[in-house]
Amino acid sequence: MSTELQKPDATAATGHTMPSRESADRKQLTQGRWAYTLLAPSLILLAIVIIYPVLNAIIMSFQKDSGLDPATGFFSEGGPAGFENYTHWLLQQCTAPGGGSLACPPGTLGAQFWDSMGTTFFFTVVTVAFETVLGFWMAVIMARAFRGRSLIRAAVLVPWAIPTAVTAKLWFFIFAFEGIANKLFGTQILWTGSEWPAKWAIIIADVWKTTPFMALLILAGLQLIPDEVYEAAKVDGASTWQRFRLITLPLVKPALMVAILFRVLDALRMYDLPAIMTQGANGTTTLSILVVQQIRQGFNTAAALSTITFLVIFLVAFIFVRFLGANAVDAATSSGKAK
Amino acid sequence: MKSKKFLLPAAVAGVLALSLTACGGGGGGGGTSSGGASGDAANNLDGRGPITYVQGKDNSNVVRPLIEKWNAAHPDEKVTFKEQSDQADQQHDDLVQNFQAKNANYDVMSVDLIWVAEFAAKGWLQPLKDKTAISTDGMLESTVKSATYNNTLYAAPQSSDGGILYYRGDLVPNPPKTWDEMMGMCEIAKQNNIGCYAGQFQKYEGLTVNAAEAINSAGGKIVDDSGKAAVNSAEAKAGLTNLVNAYKDGNIPTEAITFQEEQGRQAFEAGKLLFHRNWPYVYNLAKTDGSSTVKDTFKMAPLPGKDGPGASSLGGHNIAMSVYSKNKATVADFIKFITSEETQRFYATQGSLAPVLTKLYDDQELVTKLPYLPVLKTSIENAVPRPVTPFYPAVTKAVQDNAYAALKGEKTVDSAISDMQAAIESAGAK
Amino acid sequence: MSTATASKTSTSSVERPKRPFNWGSLRTYISAVIILIWCMAPFYWMLVTAFRDVGYTFDTTPFFTHVTWDNFATVFDESLGNHFGRNLLNSLIVGAVTTVVALLVGVFAAYALARLNFRFKFVVLGFILGASMFPGVALVTPLFQLFTNIGWFGTYQALIIPNISFVLPLTVYTLTSFFREMPWELEEAARIDGCTQGQAFRKVILPLAAPATFTTAILAFIASWNEFLIASQLSNDSTKTVTVAIAYFAGAQPHQEPYTAVMAAGTVVTIPLVVLVLIFQRKIVAGLTAGAVK
Repeated sequence: MSTELQKPDATAATGHTMPSRESADRKQLTQGRWAYTLLAPSLILLAIVIIYPVLNAIIMSFQKDSGLDPATGFFSEGGPAGFENYTHWLLQQCTAPGGGSLACPPGTLGAQFWDSMGTTFFFTVVTVAFETVLGFWMAVIMARAFRGRSLIRAAVLVPWAIPTAVTAKLWFFIFAFEGIANKLFGTQILWTGSEWPAKWAIIIADVWKTTPFMALLILAGLQLIPDEVYEAAKVDGASTWQRFRLITLPLVKPALMVAILFRVLDALRMYDLPAIMTQGANGTTTLSILVVQQIRQGFNTAAALSTITFLVIFLVAFIFVRFLGANAVDAATSSGKAK
Repeated sequence: MKSKKFLLPAAVAGVLALSLTACGGGGGGGGTSSGGASGDAANNLDGRGPITYVQGKDNSNVVRPLIEKWNAAHPDEKVTFKEQSDQADQQHDDLVQNFQAKNANYDVMSVDLIWVAEFAAKGWLQPLKDKTAISTDGMLESTVKSATYNNTLYAAPQSSDGGILYYRGDLVPNPPKTWDEMMGMCEIAKQNNIGCYAGQFQKYEGLTVNAAEAINSAGGKIVDDSGKAAVNSAEAKAGLTNLVNAYKDGNIPTEAITFQEEQGRQAFEAGKLLFHRNWPYVYNLAKTDGSSTVKDTFKMAPLPGKDGPGASSLGGHNIAMSVYSKNKATVADFIKFITSEETQRFYATQGSLAPVLTKLYDDQELVTKLPYLPVLKTSIENAVPRPVTPFYPAVTKAVQDNAYAALKGEKTVDSAISDMQAAIESAGAK
Repeated sequence: MSTATASKTSTSSVERPKRPFNWGSLRTYISAVIILIWCMAPFYWMLVTAFRDVGYTFDTTPFFTHVTWDNFATVFDESLGNHFGRNLLNSLIVGAVTTVVALLVGVFAAYALARLNFRFKFVVLGFILGASMFPGVALVTPLFQLFTNIGWFGTYQALIIPNISFVLPLTVYTLTSFFREMPWELEEAARIDGCTQGQAFRKVILPLAAPATFTTAILAFIASWNEFLIASQLSNDSTKTVTVAIAYFAGAQPHQEPYTAVMAAGTVVTIPLVVLVLIFQRKIVAGLTAGAVK
């Protein structure tokens, strides 16, 4: 994929003129070295802050947590665990007293693994669905020219600018038993105290915060579609719905898929909202919350769970990029309008 | 190469930025959590010098005056107060971090009862025996039990707390002595259109407290003396059934399932509850709050049990010595100072904190200041500490999750109790 | 009849044709108002509550009543155990250092990715993108252990280092997209006209790159400021950031939830961000959408 800004003029990069063909090759070589030197600090820094801890976590996940030595009553080092920590989560294998294993009984963190996996995916699917549909609607409105449009655009940035922790506390307050939500709807729901209301409270808070952001991303995609295409379609007699289905959707799809990809990955990592609004109670424990709870009870098991979590996220990202056409890399390096 | 011109200043700036912000955490470093460090326990037993006392937020304003008093009398062994946050979890994590780093600057600390076993099993607390022995004569037995792990005293009781039954004296002339009696009085609540009973039933530590009280009051127990799961018994089931039935019958109002201490207190003060289980701190607020409608009508009684006073869950704090301290002799003296009669009296009069010395509960001056002291004494005398086990986080989760599910009717009491047993066993079985 | 919907230009004003009542644009205006309410209503409620006397916490009067500054005083009241001033400073320090480091390092990477052609460019970009997808928990678990062991728990670097893990990819990604759009021909023209590399850099590139870098700095700072998970696990009392402080705000009583004070704290944290965002909204929108589309 060539870029517009790469001019075949050799003078700028190397400082002296050379015949075109050779200069292109040499240029690639020098540019390559130059590029890697520039990239080195970033890549090294990322390697340190990400790869090192993650490798550390993987090593930790193959160690046992320290166990209680019944003779002395003190904790002693666990030793190697093989895949035990992973089967603990994936296959619900807990140690039984006296060795051996049994299915993790309810009331242990292990038993919550599949539930929290389900909760996380539920939140992801529902929030992203709502945010996409509502965001699209907002984007269409914002794409129209009307007075006060910049006011709307500014207002739309407000939910994004508020830190998630503040959002969580705000909606926690709104959904309190005596809070304004109950008063407005005339209900007596224990929002954060019962299962489905708690899930919906979190979904509502997340949709409020993120829909405007999605709207902006989709709007940018909408604005690339040239007017002439719509004009031509109108002249040909296409209805509004047909224009939407046959022009808008296909042309906005690349931007839309990238936006959805980012949102899905964010939602899979959801932590702030459920942690602050419900502390993960009432069936709102996401994978991230489960990991944090496990850290208090045993590091190495937590490391195994966090490794499983990021593998799941990578798998989802892979599926999106490979099969659903969300090409974020392309989007970052290509320029110009969609055709 | 031209690239170096950019790289070098950038790299230097980055490194500078990072190193300039290197604030020292606690000194020490380079130690992984290891097993029973009997080596550390034998060090510095005779050391004397300045020490640091670590405690969570001093809501009762007792620590600073006490430390001033000590410092005046011990100019060469001054105590510095390190005040932690108000949140129990953060206090716990702060202590864990400093223990793991073997920080010698944390000499003596106030620990919640439920952390003693965990810290002791990790080898972080100095056993209070031989040269660092502390006498527990005259202390309430249940508080001493909470400071003991593996038959060794690892901390000294510092202040105590127990569950109290608050009730509407205008509607109920004589407080109920047993649970069944209390449930029988729920008629009165229905006639007055208010809720009958509420404690703390949201899924958090407070639920463990309440569930433990229900189970212990009925004669059951959650773990036995050696820390093994012992909850699978008829008595425990009977205890949990009391709560579950009360919730099912509406004697515990539906919204009480979301109550922590504050929600319950507010409901009681607004006159919406006939009986309320809470800690002694409610006394002052219910009497003096502007919005309290019960300030002249409420009374206090010990929790109702099976045939007599119930087993409340012990609250309060213990004071412990770190094995990594360099001045253990000073710490031992300081602990004796904190547990002395004078200091305990000061805790009560100045801070409204329940003392750990039995005889102070009959002291006239204190009873005048804290009229609920006799009730509290009964409560603490009959109190049972929450499960004394190094795996407390896992055990409390097992209790909370299953008790909550049983309350909401999601599982039967039988399966809740047996799941609780299995979960606790699994926690300790690594 | 042409309605306002046909126009997809980026002009922000509309010429009102003199014709019969325009239902289409009425629908648009109503929708716009709905959007406005959606975005602002909860924020407005936070402000109203922040200024409301604590005795009327759950009062539902929609406008400002029982107005008082007390809640703000409570926020900064140290006797309750909250150290909000220090928390603000901590967030500022962590955010500023993270942003500076990410910019210093990222601007070179972005230049390389935007301007230069080399093998594996897409691999590198993919790697950087992949880095931004890491869940914070995957870092917290090992770092918790590591920082304790080397005595870094409760220091600023314990927060800055993991923050860099997601701020740096964001910075590189955004800057790369911005740099693609810049008129680099100006630099080449300057060189042809006889400027040295350094002069061209100072007089041409720097001014061109400044707005983009500035916008990226804002986005990076906001991302770091808003971070909660890592801060809640790796900070202690003295390095706590505002997000953690607000989540665990202590009330006057041990088990109390001080709603009005928390709303006031939220206001203190949010107003500067909102003002910043409103002033630079065009640039911010350009930055946010740069990666996804262009």
